[in-house]
Amino acid sequence: MKLRIRFSKRGKVRWTSHRDVARMWERALRRARLPVAYTAGFSPRPQLSFGLALPTGCESDAEYLDVALTAPVEAAGLAGALDPLLPEGVEVMAADTVAPGVPSLQEAVTSCSWTIEVPGTAAGDLAAAAGRVLGAEALPVERQRKGRDVVDDLRPSVLALSCAPGSTTTGTDPAGAVLHAELGTRPRGVRPSELARVMGLTFGTARRTCQWIERDGSRWEPLEADRVAVAPVTERVS
Amino acid sequence: MNSLWPRIEPLLAQVTKPARYIGGELGAVRPVHGSGRVAWLLVYPDTYEIGLPNQGLQILYEILNERPDAVAERAYAPWTDMEAAMRGAGVPLFSLEGCHDAGDFDVLAFNLSAELTYTNVLNLVDLAGVPVRAAERDDAHPLVVAGGHCAFNPEPLADFVDAFVLGDGEEAVGEITEVLAAGRAAGGSRRERLYALAALPGVYVPSCYEPRYRDGRLVGVTPLSEGVPDRVEKRTIADLGQWPHPRRQLVPLVEVVHDRLNVEVFRGCTRGCRFCQAGMITRPVRERPAEQVDAMVRDGLARTGYDEVSLTSLSSADFSGIESSVASVINDPECSGQVSVSLPSLRVDAFTVGLAAEIQKVRRTGLTFAPEGGTWRMRQVINKLIREEDLYAAVDAAFSQGWRRVKLYFLIGLPTEADEDVLGIAELAKTCVTIGRRHHKGVTVTASVGGFVPKPHTPFQWFGQNPPAELRRKVGLLRDAVRGVRGLTLRWHDPAATTAEGIVSRGDRRVGAVVEHVWRAGGTFQEWSEHFDLALWQAGLDAAGLDLEETVFRHRHEDEVLPWDHVSAGLHRDFLWGDVQEALAEHGVEDCRWTPCYDCGACTGLGVEHMVASSIPPAGGSQGTGQDLTVGGTVPVRFLETVGGAAPAGGPA
Repeated sequence: MKLRIRFSKRGKVRWTSHRDVARMWERALRRARLPVAYTAGFSPRPQLSFGLALPTGCESDAEYLDVALTAPVEAAGLAGALDPLLPEGVEVMAADTVAPGVPSLQEAVTSCSWTIEVPGTAAGDLAAAAGRVLGAEALPVERQRKGRDVVDDLRPSVLALSCAPGSTTTGTDPAGAVLHAELGTRPRGVRPSELARVMGLTFGTARRTCQWIERDGSRWEPLEADRVAVAPVTERVS
Repeated sequence: MNSLWPRIEPLLAQVTKPARYIGGELGAVRPVHGSGRVAWLLVYPDTYEIGLPNQGLQILYEILNERPDAVAERAYAPWTDMEAAMRGAGVPLFSLEGCHDAGDFDVLAFNLSAELTYTNVLNLVDLAGVPVRAAERDDAHPLVVAGGHCAFNPEPLADFVDAFVLGDGEEAVGEITEVLAAGRAAGGSRRERLYALAALPGVYVPSCYEPRYRDGRLVGVTPLSEGVPDRVEKRTIADLGQWPHPRRQLVPLVEVVHDRLNVEVFRGCTRGCRFCQAGMITRPVRERPAEQVDAMVRDGLARTGYDEVSLTSLSSADFSGIESSVASVINDPECSGQVSVSLPSLRVDAFTVGLAAEIQKVRRTGLTFAPEGGTWRMRQVINKLIREEDLYAAVDAAFSQGWRRVKLYFLIGLPTEADEDVLGIAELAKTCVTIGRRHHKGVTVTASVGGFVPKPHTPFQWFGQNPPAELRRKVGLLRDAVRGVRGLTLRWHDPAATTAEGIVSRGDRRVGAVVEHVWRAGGTFQEWSEHFDLALWQAGLDAAGLDLEETVFRHRHEDEVLPWDHVSAGLHRDFLWGDVQEALAEHGVEDCRWTPCYDCGACTGLGVEHMVASSIPPAGGSQGTGQDLTVGGTVPVRFLETVGGAAPAGGPA
C-alpha cells in the first residue's frame, strides 16, 4: 500500500534543501509510528519517494511525497497527526492512498504552476517581457550537467505566462507585479531563477502552486480524488 | 529587541546552504527577554554544521532557559560568503531564535573546543559590533565569556575574553547569571562586575591578573588585587545523574555532523593516556545511572525521530551499564530493528567488537580503533596499553563479523619516538590488511596519522613538539613503507596546521597578538584546510617578536612557569611530573577506577569521587585492566636538534 501526501513549504523553511525536506519527513514518519516500509539490504532506508525537487528558496503549496507502507493506515486524520511533527512552515494539505503500481511522481508529473513575485516591475513591463519570451524561437541557458557546461533551450518548457499587477503574496511591494507561469518538466524542468534570467528581471519569492500529471489529453493534480478533467494548457499571455 | 530577519532574508539567496541561518530546530525555544532577565548568546566559533551538535552548548542552553532570571539564544560562525554579505549590508552577528543583534545581549558566551577556532572568536566578537580587545569595552558592551576544554590554557585569548569558566558549566552559568543580575540592579560598572565574577569558583577573569616576564620568558601570572584567587580551580559536578541534559536535544533542519541522538553516559576518563587533555582535565569518572541512560535514549528517540543513538563519553565501552543499555535499545520493540547504536572512542579489544556487532545489526560499515602508537614500547610511553594481540584480535573479530573497513588512528611526533616506532604503524596496518584478507578479498584498512601537539595539564605538557619538517619526514617514512600495499590507505594531518595548533596550545598571553594578527589578515576558519595558512601565523609570530622554536618546538623545564599554572584542573603538578618519569621509563599505569589511587589530585582536591556502578573492570581485553606491565630499559630520549642547551634536566627527565 502506498500513501500520497500533499504538503506546503512556506516561510523560513523555504531555505532548506530538497534533501533536508526528505530527512525531516523521515523523522516525522518515525515519530508518527506509521508502518513505513524499509529497503532491504545493508543499509535499510525508509521507502519514500518525492516529486520534482523544489529549488532551495522557493515556497510551495504543492509538494508531494509517496510513502510505501507495510500495513494499511487510515488516511483521514493523518494531517492532524503529522502536522505537529513537522517544522513550522511545512503543513500537510491532503493525504490519500494510491495504488501501489502507480508511476512515481518523478515520472508522472509533466508541468507545474508557479506564482512569482516580481517586485519593482510594473505589470505592463512584466507583460511585455513575458510576450518577448513567448515569442522567442529559442531561450538558450547555460547549465552544468555532470560537471560539464551544456546549453539547454528553455522555450519548449515555458508553456504559459500571465501577469497581474499589485499585491504580492507576501505583500511587500505595491508597485510590483505577479507572474503566473506554467512550466513544463520534460525533458528538464525550469527553475524560476532561470526564467528570471531569460526575462531579464529580478524575481522575489516564487511559489509552486500546482503539479500536474497529463493523461489522455487532460491534466490532473496528483491527488485529485475524483479525477475531474481540466482543459489542457495551451500557450497564452494575458 | 528587534528582529533583524527582514534585513537577513534578502542575503540568503546569495549564499551557500542558507538554512544554516534560519534556526527552526526541534527543541529550539523563543525565550521572552526583559523583566530583568540576563540575556546570553551562546556562540560556537565554527560553522553551524560543526557547532549545532555540541552537547556542552545544548546543555547550557537548556539550563539557562529553565531559569526564571535568564534567557539564552544561539549563534554560529557564518561561512565566509554569508559574513561578506552581512558586512556588506551592515547586518551584525545575530541570534538564530529571534534574529536579535548579538551586541544587544548581556553575555556572549563562546565554546572553545579547538585552538584553531580562536581567530573566529575574534571575528564573531567584531561582527557583533563589540571591540575585540576586552580593555576597550565599556559598560554598555556585552561581557565576552568562554568555556570548554581549551579554556584550560586561557592566556592566548586573555586579552579578548572578559571571563573564562573552567570545567563543568552546569552550575557556573547560574552563578554568573546571579552576579550579573545583581550587578545590573545595583548599577555597578563593568569593572565591578568583573571583580564580582572573579570571586566565583571556577571563573578566571584575566584582566584581574598580570603576567610577568623575565628574559623573554613568562615567570608568573599573579592577581592584581585582593579578593582574586592566586589559582582558579575548575568546577566539577559531582553527580551526572542530577543533570539529565539535554532533555530536548536540538534536531536541526539541515544535515550536521553527528546527526543523531547523543546521550552522555559518563564524564571523565582515567585510562590515563598521557597525551590526552580531555582525559586529564575531566576527571574523575562520573557515570550516569544506567536507568537514566535508558530513559534518555527511549524518550530521545521517540521525541526526535532519529534512527541512530550514540552513547557518548571518552571511552564508552568502559561504561558499567554498557551491555544492558545496548540491549535495551536493541530489544526495544519500538525500535523494530531500525535504530542503530554507535559508540565513539571504541576500546581496542575483541569484547568491544562483540559489543559493536551486537548493536550495529543495521548499517555495519566501518569500525575505528585508536592504538595511537606503532610499537608496544611507544604505547607504554603514552600509556595506551594495547598489545598487538589485542589489536589483531579486535580486527580479526571485526572482519569476521562482516565489517569491510577498519580505520586506525595514530599519532606521530610523540615523546621519545624513534623511526622504528613510526614504522611500527605501517607494520600494524599491513598486518591488519593480511588478517582482513583471510575473511574478504576487498577489505580496506585506513591508517590515519595525526601530529602530536602537547596539551596543557597533561604529563606531556613539558615536551617539545616536532617541527613540521620532522613530521613530514616521518610521514614520508610511512608512505615509503606502505607503498603498493593493496587495501591499505594512509592519511595524514597537515603538519603545518599541527604547528599552528601548537602555537596556541601552550602559548602565553603574548600569543594573543598572534591570534589577532592572523584574524586581521583575514585568517578565519583556520580549522578548514581551504582557509588555513601557516604563513599568516608565522607573520603574526614575527610581528609579536616570538618564534616557533621558543613557543612550540622546545622542551619545557621542570621548574619553568607554565602559562596555565594559575588555573587548575585539580591535577597535582608532581603527579604529572611523576607520570612523565614513568613514561620515560616505559611504564604504563593502570586505570585508577579499578586499582589504588595515584593521588593525581582530581578527586581529593575537589572533594568528589569516581562514580561508577561497578568496581570490577569491564570484560575483555587487557588494556589497563591489570596485565603485568613490562618494565622498560634505558630511556632512549631523543632531543630535537633544534633544541637549545637549556633542555630540562633529562628532558624532560
